[in-house]
Amino acid sequence: MANRLKVEDVNIYYGAFKAVEGVTLTFEPRSVTAFIGPSGCGKSTVLRTLNRMHEVIPGGRVEGSITLAGQDLYAAEVDPVAVRRTVGMVFQRPNPFPTMTIFDNVVAGLRLNGLRNKSELADAAERSLRGANLWNEVKDRLNKPGAGLSGGQQQRLCIARAIAVEPHVLLMDEPCSALDPISTQAIEDLIEELKTDYMIVIVTHNLQQAARVSDQTAFFNLAATGQPGKLVEVGPTPRIFEHPVHESTEAYVSGRFG
Amino acid sequence: MSATTTPPELTEPAGSSWTNTVTAPRRGGDRWFGLASHGAGVAVVALVTLVGVFLVSQAIPALSKNEANFLTSREWSVGGDNPRFGIMELLWTTTTASIIAMAIAVPIGVCVALFITEYAPQWLRRPAATLVDLLAAVPSIVYGLWGLIIFRPVVRPLEDWLSTRLGWLPLFAPTGITGGTIMFIGVVLAIMILPIVTAISREVFAQTPTTHKEGALALGATRWEMIRTAVLPFGKPGVISAAMLALGRALGETIAVTFIVSTLAAGSDWTWSMLSGGETFASRIANNAAEFDSPQKTGAFIAAGLVLFILTFVVNAVARVVIERRKAFTE
Repeated sequence: MANRLKVEDVNIYYGAFKAVEGVTLTFEPRSVTAFIGPSGCGKSTVLRTLNRMHEVIPGGRVEGSITLAGQDLYAAEVDPVAVRRTVGMVFQRPNPFPTMTIFDNVVAGLRLNGLRNKSELADAAERSLRGANLWNEVKDRLNKPGAGLSGGQQQRLCIARAIAVEPHVLLMDEPCSALDPISTQAIEDLIEELKTDYMIVIVTHNLQQAARVSDQTAFFNLAATGQPGKLVEVGPTPRIFEHPVHESTEAYVSGRFG
Repeated sequence: MSATTTPPELTEPAGSSWTNTVTAPRRGGDRWFGLASHGAGVAVVALVTLVGVFLVSQAIPALSKNEANFLTSREWSVGGDNPRFGIMELLWTTTTASIIAMAIAVPIGVCVALFITEYAPQWLRRPAATLVDLLAAVPSIVYGLWGLIIFRPVVRPLEDWLSTRLGWLPLFAPTGITGGTIMFIGVVLAIMILPIVTAISREVFAQTPTTHKEGALALGATRWEMIRTAVLPFGKPGVISAAMLALGRALGETIAVTFIVSTLAAGSDWTWSMLSGGETFASRIANNAAEFDSPQKTGAFIAAGLVLFILTFVVNAVARVVIERRKAFTE
């Protein structure tokens, strides 16, 4: 498969502090990878290097190589803005733009890309909202503020916004941690559907969720506070949960710590 | 349903510790603070009302003797048995100079604030923010004096250029006045209000939630696009408030304007030109403080003050409406 996302020997820093060390991972198209591990182990940090959002934080920098379909995302001539248009992201807390309507939120990315044609925008909005299983709930109030939706709807709105620009990869940073179980179920169903079109990487604290939605699971851990986080092991989800190689993985997935 | 579903509180005997707690008198601190804040709230409303009542009651006798139209006349002779006075010129000069000041100070202030919060290198942001806050606390007369001395030679060529190129527009018609034109007053006012506009805007922009900014960046927004989609919409009500605060200062600014203005001779022709002279409400009142020797004269000046009072009220009300209208989108 040519459209792989490959992470090789990546070290991630916040200023002088090395937050994550020596990560090597491969992501396949049309698959879901879950990042699990205790708090502070660097899961979200690794996720944010995949669309160059890590460097938005002052002092944030990355060593090593991250390539998508063979193209180094960190090559000197690559524009981080272009990377983020190819690798979309959904955050822990739903963050629709508060001053925008539902419609404007969904097409925000397309407008940034310069699309102005009204009917094309309307088509894209409907397609994305259907894709995010939100269309039926909001089709009669597209001109109402996005912030007026429930938390779960807002998160699906954010997913619609992310897929409207048709990225290759969708990153999700604990997308359900601020949601109730019903909304969580809706998002998980959606992940299952989105998998047919996108490569998905999801960070989660919910082990059952990782087991339910992912094809591949990566377990991160850190030796002690102040030490860099490390990728302990990665493999097909059933194997990680049923036959983990490392003792710490076994301890974590069986609920003995974390 | 069995009897055990009755809440235990209801069966608890009177006089138990729980009932004692809920029936105990309210804490003294709560009551005193409540009274104090109630009193303060009532006092503010009462004070504003009293100021309004005072202005109106003092102005009415003078206005009723006025033989000219108060709103459209440019005359200002307040003594004698046949006073003739009107605020046309004062209103025009005050609003025009203030609008010029806003048109200059608000965009520049917003840009400086955006530079400090979004573009400046990390090590510069904190000192720059402190500096701007300090500058905002300096009395504006200091900037007024500086602007007066430094900007006079800068503004004059601009005025010449405007009157030669755009002189066919009434707004830029040449007038022969070279001292304190309305435009120059506007420029000096702009310098005086710039620090406060910048300081408040910076404060508001700095509070933009990181999630909004990251949301925009993750969609592939450039820095400017991120500012446009996340920072500016979030900061808009704050910038409007800053602008209104600054406008209030500009409308009422007295001393610096009194230094600068070229008073027009009585009976001079009316002109819409920004390159003409003219007095503002505040400077007219300040320049003539010596005349407050009879209730009639004082009343005329108070009538002018009343208009300024109403003008500020209207400006603030409009700003509130603008902010309220967007409220559904900010919650």
